[in-house]
Amino acid sequence: MMASSYSAKEEDGHHSGSAGLGGTAIRTRKPDNTAFKQQRLPAWQPILTAGTVLPAFFIIGLIFIPIGIGLFVTSNNIKEFEIDYTGTDMSSPCFNCSQSFSWNSTTPCRCVLFFSLDQPFESNVFMYYGLSNFYQNHRRYVKSRDDSQLNGDERSLKEPSKECEPYRTNENKPIAPCGAIANSMFNDTLDLFYIDPNGTQTQIPFIKKGIAWWTDKHVKFRNPSSSNPNLTAVFIDTAKPVNWRKPVYELDTDPENNGFINEDFIVWMRTAALPTFRKLYRIIQKKNNMTPTLPRGNYSLEVTYNYPVRSFEGRKRMILSTISWMGGKNPFLGIAYITVGSICFFLGVVLLFIHHKYGNRNNSSDIPN
Amino acid sequence: MQCSDSIPSAQTGVGSHRERSGEPVRTVVSNLPFEDLKKREQPNRRYEGNAIRTNKYRLWSFIPMNLFEQFHRMANIYFVGLAILNFVPVVNAFQPEVALIPICIILALTAVKDGWEDFRRYQTDQQLNNTPCFIFSRKQMCFVERRWKDVRVGDFVRVLSNEIIPADILLLHTSDPNGVCHMETANLDGETSLKQRKVVPGFSSLVRVLPITKYLERPDKRRTGFGIDSLLLRGCMVRNTDDAAGIVVYAGHETKSMLNNSGPRYKRSKIERKMNTDVLFCVVLLFFMCLIGALGHAIWLETFSSMPSYIVPDSNGNYTPSVLAGFYMFFTMIILLQVMIPVSLYVSIELVKMGQIFFITQDVELYDEELDRRVQCRALNITEDLGQIQYVFSDKTGTLTENKMVFRRCSVMGTEYCHEENAARLAVISGANEEEEVTIYQQTKLPPLFPLEELQDVHTGDKNHANTQVTAASRRRSKVAAEAQSDMAFSSPLETVVVPDRKLILEVDRQMASIQTGPYLDFFLALAICNTVLVSSVTAQRQRVRVNVADLAGAERVGDVLRALTHIFCAANLSNESDGFHSSDVSDAAGQKVISSERKVKSGLSGSEEVCYEAHSPDEAALIHAAKAYGFTMMERTPHYVTVKLPDEALLKFEVLDILTFDSTRRRMSIIVRHPHTKEIIMYTKGADSAIMERLGNVFSGDKIKCVEQWCGWKAVCFSLKVISEQEFRAWSAVRQEALSAIEEKEERLMETANFIESSFTLLGATGIEDRLQESVPETIQALRRAGMQVWVLTGDKPETAINIAYSCKLLEHEDLVFTFSTSRKVLQCQLTNASVPEQTFTGPLMEPSIGLVIDGPTLSMAMSDELVELFVELCKHCRAVLCCRVTPLQKSAVVKLIRQKLRVMTLAVGDGANDVNMIQAADVGIGVSGQEGMQAVMASDFAITRFKHLQRLLLVHGHWCYSRLANMVIYFFYKNVAYVNLLFWYQFFCGFSATAMIDYWLMIFFNLFFTSAPPIMFGIMEKEVSDSTLLSLPELYKRGQHSEGYRRSTFWIAILDAFYQSLVCFFIPYWTYNGSDIGIFAFGTPMNTVSLFTIILHLAIEIKSWTAVHWVIMIGSVLVYFIVTLAYSAICISCNPPSDPYWIMHKQMADPMFYLVCILTTVVALLPR
Repeated sequence: MMASSYSAKEEDGHHSGSAGLGGTAIRTRKPDNTAFKQQRLPAWQPILTAGTVLPAFFIIGLIFIPIGIGLFVTSNNIKEFEIDYTGTDMSSPCFNCSQSFSWNSTTPCRCVLFFSLDQPFESNVFMYYGLSNFYQNHRRYVKSRDDSQLNGDERSLKEPSKECEPYRTNENKPIAPCGAIANSMFNDTLDLFYIDPNGTQTQIPFIKKGIAWWTDKHVKFRNPSSSNPNLTAVFIDTAKPVNWRKPVYELDTDPENNGFINEDFIVWMRTAALPTFRKLYRIIQKKNNMTPTLPRGNYSLEVTYNYPVRSFEGRKRMILSTISWMGGKNPFLGIAYITVGSICFFLGVVLLFIHHKYGNRNNSSDIPN
Repeated sequence: MQCSDSIPSAQTGVGSHRERSGEPVRTVVSNLPFEDLKKREQPNRRYEGNAIRTNKYRLWSFIPMNLFEQFHRMANIYFVGLAILNFVPVVNAFQPEVALIPICIILALTAVKDGWEDFRRYQTDQQLNNTPCFIFSRKQMCFVERRWKDVRVGDFVRVLSNEIIPADILLLHTSDPNGVCHMETANLDGETSLKQRKVVPGFSSLVRVLPITKYLERPDKRRTGFGIDSLLLRGCMVRNTDDAAGIVVYAGHETKSMLNNSGPRYKRSKIERKMNTDVLFCVVLLFFMCLIGALGHAIWLETFSSMPSYIVPDSNGNYTPSVLAGFYMFFTMIILLQVMIPVSLYVSIELVKMGQIFFITQDVELYDEELDRRVQCRALNITEDLGQIQYVFSDKTGTLTENKMVFRRCSVMGTEYCHEENAARLAVISGANEEEEVTIYQQTKLPPLFPLEELQDVHTGDKNHANTQVTAASRRRSKVAAEAQSDMAFSSPLETVVVPDRKLILEVDRQMASIQTGPYLDFFLALAICNTVLVSSVTAQRQRVRVNVADLAGAERVGDVLRALTHIFCAANLSNESDGFHSSDVSDAAGQKVISSERKVKSGLSGSEEVCYEAHSPDEAALIHAAKAYGFTMMERTPHYVTVKLPDEALLKFEVLDILTFDSTRRRMSIIVRHPHTKEIIMYTKGADSAIMERLGNVFSGDKIKCVEQWCGWKAVCFSLKVISEQEFRAWSAVRQEALSAIEEKEERLMETANFIESSFTLLGATGIEDRLQESVPETIQALRRAGMQVWVLTGDKPETAINIAYSCKLLEHEDLVFTFSTSRKVLQCQLTNASVPEQTFTGPLMEPSIGLVIDGPTLSMAMSDELVELFVELCKHCRAVLCCRVTPLQKSAVVKLIRQKLRVMTLAVGDGANDVNMIQAADVGIGVSGQEGMQAVMASDFAITRFKHLQRLLLVHGHWCYSRLANMVIYFFYKNVAYVNLLFWYQFFCGFSATAMIDYWLMIFFNLFFTSAPPIMFGIMEKEVSDSTLLSLPELYKRGQHSEGYRRSTFWIAILDAFYQSLVCFFIPYWTYNGSDIGIFAFGTPMNTVSLFTIILHLAIEIKSWTAVHWVIMIGSVLVYFIVTLAYSAICISCNPPSDPYWIMHKQMADPMFYLVCILTTVVALLPR
């Protein structure tokens, strides 16, 4: 894009010698004749000419198109399956559950959805839940948490931050974890069953650890007084968030995944940037090289329907996806690269044509000395 | 004691009463009789003491006062308002304390700067207040040593030679038997000549202790009358007088020097004014964005039938109604988007201007070796105005010309003596000078060799009288100094050495030999006597070298003077290179050198006796040296005698009876002497040709007039003589005395008496003095013209001289059509209409005749009267050159103001003398030429240069650079902030207009303060789109600045649109990439932040036209700092910034290849249009 015309101006010539001598002892006010002070530093003056712009266009084009193709192919190789289980539709098995909602209902509402995979999922499969129209990025919502409480600070446990209001205390007990984010934690339970052609259902095993960032799990989130393994005792003086069914120390039976370091909780607490988002729910690990992780065939999704989305016309989805180095399936970036690369290439051709046709005339005026 | 003006004490009260009611009378009572009284009972208690305080703040009041002053800036109020808004709970600021940090930093920085400046002032004041002085004490019956601050009005104070006067003192006694005291007012007005002060009539012996009451005028700026002849002014230095004593009449802040002290000037540059309107645009834009946010939020809330779980109720569990929530959201948005008007903009601009000034003052091309002075920037904030000048108003004398008078020819008794040898010598000198420069120029290219240096030492050594200690150190002396030395050695004799005309010297010798009298002798006697030149011998100078310059009032000026002194000294006194010298020695030698090298020209180059003349004006010096060349040397001057040495070595001692000093209305001066031999009373008069011609007694000298008219290029000074009879003189003398002692209308009466005696002269002859053009003046004027500037010359000289100079400096060309206006009112009107009407018919398609307009003062004032002014301005627009002659200082400034207001153009005024001060202050940019006529112009100016030719480089190069740099930087600043803020704005559409930021708050602040602030500042200081040589060779490039092309409204809006586009790209490419994925808020913001950093920096990189090492370091440094700080911050901050702990986000992102792919794509797309 730019021509490198080094025009180092070395006209220091006759002055510099004298300045070196004069500046030493005599207290003259003559300015130092250095290249810096005289603004004569050697300078590289890039000049945009047809000769530099054209190759730049071609180079951008030639680099971007392969990248774009690579991205596109990678994205296409990712297998993804998505199923909406919100149950707004009358025909949907979850319709009843979605209609009868209360945060505190004691009997969980269950519904089962059937679906089939046309292609086998080869490598590790990531299972997500997706929410739409859920503004986890609302300003006051984002603020409504206490990170030092989540980091295991005893004082914050007793005395949560003001930012947690109005989910700070309940019946004069501090809420742990406090705040609106924790309070609105996603609490549907999803189970996946493979339906053999002969009709038997086998539950597909999930891994529920390793879904959160390592740093979050080990550094950012900590249970208070982590030396004490008895979480019930640790959280004794706290109240559970109002919308929760169980207190925080009953999130899981595994002590490594309980309390604040429950990974479902950590994942939820990392607020999503956009109103339509997915969050990692479980990982289905590849068993061996012979069989695909999820073979072709019929499956059933059993949902324990707890989470209300009707008030904001939200949708709930379950997503199964393999991932690659570029993350989940997203054709946009590949297409964008290909488009930009092509535009650059095309512009290059057009400019080259113009340059050839009118070049001789323009050349002189293009390049100011 | 008998005092003519002592008043009974009963009138004292009346006097003081009158003073309070504003009448110009001041009553001063001696303090001595009241010495023992308490302070409250002192008669002079209502006058101020002598202690001064120029610092603005006191220790306890510093913070409130400084804050109060800072809040006069609108911007500061705005930022503080925003910071306070953060604390209002309903706006839900993330961390109100954080918002305070930037504004606090800004306020603190400014306060520290102000405080430091004030502390410096305080120190100077203390130093001054504690300077010792002598006050008379009645108890001890002698003068006792006290401090300046103890001096009160009414005290008797004694000042010794070379001491600085502590207050305004009415001179009552001097050691001089004639009752005269000399003082040097260099600290007051920069004039290094000595001024004479006389003891108040009637006080020739030492004052005894008596209550004395005096009337004096108030110390306003036109303090004249009674005091002026015998008032010693504070800050001046007593010279040539062993000691002087007097009564203090004004002390402290009431003294003239303190009243004249006005603070630094604050001008607002054109760009700044324009920028302020653009800031307003930004505010409007911000307002609309916030409005959209508020409305959006309200509407968004309305869409919900019941509240979803992510909308947080207030602490009572209630939800805010959507309209009210929208209203609150407006303010939250303001806080979120406040970066739109950046806190750093104003600070950056100030930094950039400081940098620009640094480079201007560092420019070696604008350095004057002769005076050892750089260009001075006195106004700190109008550098870029230098690049937008459309009209240049120049003074003539001393600005276009050297103001070094060279005696060119004379005419005695109708015969003209051309002094061709002298002219030839002048030509040789200038030629030789150039040659010398060339050789030195070549020599410096060689490696330093000892033989060469020694040669130089010897070469300059014999010219340098102070060169007694040539040490080994001087071998390392700069060759530039040698060059300067040779320059000075040649420029001095330019004025001093006059080669006599052979014919004339024969004539003089003949008369000398035969009759001892005659018109030739009278002519040269007049040349030698009729002036106010003082003679000071070398020994006299040695006495007065104990200059403690640092103690003077007005530290700044003193600094200048001191620097000038030491500088001249350095350039001249080659041997003093060793650092071990003390300052007193330095100023000692410097003082001498000033006296001998500047216009107090040293005469003893050839002769044995060292006579130095201290002339008030350069033409006096030129004339007295001319007389000396013919053997008429003035040897001594006292108030009562003038001694002249004749060519035959005889001394003539004239008794001086009276001196009628020069003033601008009479434009002549006379001296009345008694001839020692003939005892005749003779009056010699010297004056401008017109001032003398109209008062000649006999009319026989018509041919002389003609020959004077022919010399119109040069300043003609006529000499005449009048023999006065004893009775006539005595009668006149009585009237004169009466006028002198008059209190009311003194000036008028003195003038009358002078006019009375100055009539019916006999013309002796005339001299022609040339004021040489400064070097490269025509080239400079041509370059300024080509750059599209209109050059006007405003001069007090007569039209003929002015026109001549105008031709010689190429202001007017010979083919130009020149209108000369010097007529009565009605005709003028006709002329104006006539001149402008055909002009309009001319201007169209064919040819634009270049029109020159010459107008004189009285005509100008008519032209500027209400009914003609429009026509006049219209005419001036079409004139290529305008020349105003015989204009007063007030008219000069009126012209500048007129053009500035009527045509709405940027004006620049350049001048060197006190008469240009008005004009300099009236113009947008005032430039002072520090030359021959003292420092007033420099004091009033925004920039001070030493030569007119420097104007070319200052305007065409530095003006252009400063303008385009600043314009580009301001535009860039707006662009940068809009681009960044819009990122946040677009996000509002995806977070329910809830004013969420997807970038960590600290990183947002850092982004503006650290990551992206250094590059634009560097850009504003160092950008060089066109090299200086190109700018100088193509002055047309300057027109870009004149038409404000660098910073137009359209440029502004294009930059804003560009910013919108880039922010759209920077937002939506990451958005589509990450949409629907499991990305977190801050993980989403990180690539955006990075992308916009790259875009903003690369955007600048495209703008930068020349890359130096500094550019590379700062650009790459900024990016590195960004990554380092972000990485470090997100590694450390686990829960330090509650709602938005960025823990490990950056690391996570940087491990993801998608991050880089997004960054590359977005940056390329954002910058593709460029």
